[in-house]
Amino acid sequence: MGSVLEIRNLHVNVEDQPILNGVNLIIKQGEIHALMGPNGSGKSTLAYTLMGHPAYEVTGGEVIFKGENILELEPDERAHLGLFLAFQYPVAIPGVSVANFLRTAINARRKLEDPNDKGISIPEFRRLLTKKMDQLKMDHGFAGRYLNDGFSGGEKKRAEILQLATLEPEIAILDETDSGLDIDALRIVAEGVDALAGPNLGVLVITHYQRILNYIKPQFVHVMFDGRIVESGGPDLALQLEEAGYDWVREKYAGAAQ
Amino acid sequence: MVAENEQLYGLKSQYAEKYGFSDPENYVFKARKGLDEEIVREISWMKGEPEWMLDLRLRSLEIFRSKPMPTWGADLSQINFDDIYYYLRATDRQESNWDDVPEDIKRTFDRLGIPEAEQKFLAGVGAQYESEVVYHKVHEDLERQGVIFLDMDSGLREHEDIVREYFGTIIPPTDNKFAALNTAVWSGGSFVYVPAGKHIEMPLQAYFRINARNMGQFERTLIIVEEGASVHYVEGCTAPIYSEESLHSAVVEIIIKEGGNCRYTTIQNWANNVYNLVTKRAVAYRDAQMYWVDGNLGSKVTMKYPSVYLMEPGAHGEVLSIAFAGKGQHQDAGAKMVHNAPHTTSQVISKSISMDGGRASYRGLLKVYEGAHDSRSHVVCDALLLDERSRSDTYPYIEINEERVSVGHEASVSKVNEDQLFYLMSRGLSEEEANVMVVTGFIEPFVKELPMEYAIELNRLIALQMEGSIG
Repeated sequence: MGSVLEIRNLHVNVEDQPILNGVNLIIKQGEIHALMGPNGSGKSTLAYTLMGHPAYEVTGGEVIFKGENILELEPDERAHLGLFLAFQYPVAIPGVSVANFLRTAINARRKLEDPNDKGISIPEFRRLLTKKMDQLKMDHGFAGRYLNDGFSGGEKKRAEILQLATLEPEIAILDETDSGLDIDALRIVAEGVDALAGPNLGVLVITHYQRILNYIKPQFVHVMFDGRIVESGGPDLALQLEEAGYDWVREKYAGAAQ
Repeated sequence: MVAENEQLYGLKSQYAEKYGFSDPENYVFKARKGLDEEIVREISWMKGEPEWMLDLRLRSLEIFRSKPMPTWGADLSQINFDDIYYYLRATDRQESNWDDVPEDIKRTFDRLGIPEAEQKFLAGVGAQYESEVVYHKVHEDLERQGVIFLDMDSGLREHEDIVREYFGTIIPPTDNKFAALNTAVWSGGSFVYVPAGKHIEMPLQAYFRINARNMGQFERTLIIVEEGASVHYVEGCTAPIYSEESLHSAVVEIIIKEGGNCRYTTIQNWANNVYNLVTKRAVAYRDAQMYWVDGNLGSKVTMKYPSVYLMEPGAHGEVLSIAFAGKGQHQDAGAKMVHNAPHTTSQVISKSISMDGGRASYRGLLKVYEGAHDSRSHVVCDALLLDERSRSDTYPYIEINEERVSVGHEASVSKVNEDQLFYLMSRGLSEEEANVMVVTGFIEPFVKELPMEYAIELNRLIALQMEGSIG
């Protein structure tokens, strides 16, 4: 049986304002879930909270992954357990090459599993990285560039997917990976994710729009509103949102939130 | 291309283990503590020096005594000049074969990796232990080409005419109190002479080691690069950790003639009980180039401002420096660029990192004399603060007496921000590793100027400094 990420009645404040008001969601390895919702509904807050950003204050509930409440863990410990977040706004680390960074990340995990590990050898790492870049149709020169430093929007998102491909997590959260991309960039990024999907990867695709779901086909679609998941269904739900927009969600649930 | 700093993580030793060890003192000569005319005469006599050098030493002692302690820069009030050994000779011979170096001293340099580095990638090595150079060797083919690489004492003995022509002309004893002190009690250091047109491809390296308590090390280096010649000189330094303070006060003078090129790289890693007060200056003539690559990691206090005097058209000077100030450290470092002729150019890139209550200051002087028209200078100072308790200051002094010049100055102070740390930690790096990574990236423009072996060493030293001090 694969790993399961279970979010139970999660409440989160940001700067003392309640943003998440009881989120429940179960994601299994091998499943693809889409989380949709209007702006400000709490989608990104959920992403950051799951990864452990210090600015997000959990006021209630728990998140169980591999039998552990990960809300107690540091972000690096969550990563070691097999959780991954593709950022909506990846952060630049000037002076640190993509390759150097990824190798350090791989070695950090190997070291944790075996304190005597000497780290991945340079030839082995180069082979791995080359393979992953080819898979994502990326120029090899990418490896030598400073991480997210001066990257275009599309390059940043592809760098995120390259990290996802290289670090091979069990559950990946993609936070608005489609935002700010033109249709070609979107297709390349989405096809990259699609290529990685499989029985060993569970994905939570957070998005405002349906279009990325043409490439990454979710089995489950959830709608978030006012800090709660208010609707869950199959792929049809995404199409319904695309046609009807979010107004009906607002009308149906705005009153309930009062 | 791919990650050189594989040793960066997983390093679990401390300075104490790697560099902080000390040997028992079985010295052939140890002058008594304190400084007076008798000590100076004794040093000169031990070395069998010519009369003019003794005179220069004695004159310098007077200048040292007459100059007040500097009150700007770092706090030097705790230095007790009477509580310092000014001259220690650990062995009475200098060897050119490591097997002949006394066993305990050889073991020290083995532990520091010097013989290994020499075999791998150096054109020549000098190893100074306390006051004297105990090992010196230069590739024979360089010798055949007329390149001279000696310790300064041997340089004076064997090439007195050259030494007398240049010694103290770039940094006279009147320059500052510590230059005067060095000139009075200097011992060891390097003498390098590169004949016209000779290019030394591999670096020459000097390694300076303090072993005894309350030691004062005062090496003196003179480098002369003749027309169209080039050299890369590298120095490293470490010391044991004692509660008592040691003093290191060196003087480095460099002359680069027309079309010559000199690169001087320092990886300063003294223990945190060493006062490091150093005067370094180069003069560059027509179309000559001087590069100071200056890394300051260790010491309790460092005051050091490598300078280039641009004397003739086409001369170019650069300082690329990093300073790392941790707990109890004050790095007051910077650069001086003096444009003395038209069409001269200079660049300063200074990066500092402060953490754990440390303090890093950039202190720089840019001087353009009247008549040095069409000169250009660019100064960039970037400071990185790792926590709220640490401090960074910038003191740029700019004196320009010429109108047709182009001068730029940029300064920035940044902090490792929460989002950078979160991003890196979300990929599995610990908070410490994430901090190290941001710092590694910050100093990358410096590190990439180093030969690869030193780049690896430097990244390793930074990781060592940061280890266990976060969280």
